[in-house]
Amino acid sequence: MVRATSIDDTINEAVSPVANFISGIIFFSVKIGEPGDPAYVEIPIIVVWLIVAAAFFTVYLGFQNVRGFKHAIDLVRGKYSDPKDAGEVSHFQALATAVSGTVGLGNIAGVAVAVSLGGPGATFWMILAGLLGMSTKMAECTLGVKYRKERPDGSVSGGPMYYLRDGLAEIGHKRLGKFLAVFFSICCIGGAIGGGNMFQANQATTQLVNITGGEAGPLADWRFAVGIVFALGVGAVIIGGIKSIARVTEKIVPIMAVLYIGACITVLVVNFTAIPDAIGQIFVGAFNPEGIAGGVIGVLIQGFRRAAFSNEAGVGSASIAHSAVKTKEPATEGFVSLLEPFIDTVVICTMTSLAIVITGTWTDPNIEAGVETTSAAFGTVAPWFPFLLAVAVILFAFSTMISWSYYGMKATGYLFKDSAKAELVFKVIFCVFTVIGASLSLGPVIDFSDSMIFAMSLANILGLYFLARVIKREITQYRAKVKSGEFAMVDQDH
Amino acid sequence: MSSLLVGVDRSASSRRAVAFAARFASESGATLRIVHVIPWSQYTFSTPSENEVRSTRKKEEIAAAESQIMVPAIAVTDEFDVTPTTTVVHGNPAEELVSIAARLGDAHIIVGRTGDSKFKQVLFGSTPGKLIQIASTPVTVIP
Repeated sequence: MVRATSIDDTINEAVSPVANFISGIIFFSVKIGEPGDPAYVEIPIIVVWLIVAAAFFTVYLGFQNVRGFKHAIDLVRGKYSDPKDAGEVSHFQALATAVSGTVGLGNIAGVAVAVSLGGPGATFWMILAGLLGMSTKMAECTLGVKYRKERPDGSVSGGPMYYLRDGLAEIGHKRLGKFLAVFFSICCIGGAIGGGNMFQANQATTQLVNITGGEAGPLADWRFAVGIVFALGVGAVIIGGIKSIARVTEKIVPIMAVLYIGACITVLVVNFTAIPDAIGQIFVGAFNPEGIAGGVIGVLIQGFRRAAFSNEAGVGSASIAHSAVKTKEPATEGFVSLLEPFIDTVVICTMTSLAIVITGTWTDPNIEAGVETTSAAFGTVAPWFPFLLAVAVILFAFSTMISWSYYGMKATGYLFKDSAKAELVFKVIFCVFTVIGASLSLGPVIDFSDSMIFAMSLANILGLYFLARVIKREITQYRAKVKSGEFAMVDQDH
Repeated sequence: MSSLLVGVDRSASSRRAVAFAARFASESGATLRIVHVIPWSQYTFSTPSENEVRSTRKKEEIAAAESQIMVPAIAVTDEFDVTPTTTVVHGNPAEELVSIAARLGDAHIIVGRTGDSKFKQVLFGSTPGKLIQIASTPVTVIP
């Protein structure tokens, strides 16, 4: 019998060079100052790319992330839904599906990484990035619905690959559009396998190992075996078509999200005397950090990077999930999708962050930055609290894996003209990488997953800039219809 | 009473409700509408692959309801002198019946007693129970 650790090491050694190479390209950074200098900072261009886009769309679309918030909630509550559309995909369902794909380990482990590396101040920038990201999300989801494809059998597919191809063709950039759509699809497959799969499997396994005794515990040498169990679960749903598992997960995840927020609040309540100090640390740390590499910019980059990885605004993934909604006005789903970064980053990520900052676990050098940091924060309440986190982690990871396998499958379908064979091959590869992800140590996995997810944003955001006028026209004409009463609230008692 | 609204599902009691309503309609001259509500809520959770084919599923569900529930229900009315109209919609059964009745105006709702276990009734409530609570028109429940 080969010892499990050696299998893990072999996988690590094989994947690390590739992961490092890809992340080196995607995370090309501008370096300011000399290494070793406290002011030395590396600014990854890709993070700037995402934040500039988010800020641009926030201003260009007229601060709909603030002005359209109430309207978004009304839409989700079905106040504008045509009664004839009962039985179709509602705004709430499209949002819930997208949120369960977005709320994953980024919210638990990614935030811990941000705070560990960037200090409490990263929380402030994370929230800001979340608020701005609402606008990018609105832009991509409006386009997702506008350019979706309805097949003869009635099934609906949408997402960046379609709006990049068809939207850019409409404005005279057919070849560029086709290229971007293919580029996006390839990165989406990578992102699905990386951040949507390996990262999730990795962190869920880490938490399982943690609560069963850590490196000395029985599971430490069997990470790949845990990965196989995950892979079997995912495979049962996406290859075996066992819908009941997926349905149960989809139903439990929202309950888990509420439970997770509740648990974070419990951490805050138990440590309530530390709350004022923690809030002080967040604001001071945001503008005047001490001992953080790169100073303010270093903190800002950590916050922005983790927020972007968590809420995926600008990445284009959620646009695939939002596209299935039944609506005549693409802008409606744009408004609804505003809520996604809000729920994901402004609410859930902030909760994680507060729990970590208040308990101070991010300063412990013995804890590896990631899900362990959050777990230690939970452990301050009661010894069994990390078990609760483990359940949340596993469910979040699982539902995110199911959603991302779908995104990857749609991208594969786009590249191979909806070939069922190609989609099956993708699904099998996806499950294999679940095992690989569970076996790797955090470094290579997090770099690879980040780089692939961010690579999607290269094509997506470029397309969004080209289509900015189309998006604005769509939203403006919709706003006018709402104002004039042409698109009015429906009397629900019809 | 100008119109009778009978809510049906697959149960035997709902067939009896149709028979009762058909006799009542033929005797009183009221119109008869048979309604089946496919349970659906905008607040449920679904996977992306389910969402993708939702429109197709909706059509299939309606077609299945027409052939498996409506056809037998109409057959029950054959022996009475009445021509029923039919409606199949998605939604909450009790709420949809009440809202259709409200639109018809002077309507009377007739349903079969569902025969759910007490446990199920406590957990989810029964359609007749809810109807009695929320209807603004008379409701008859057939055992």
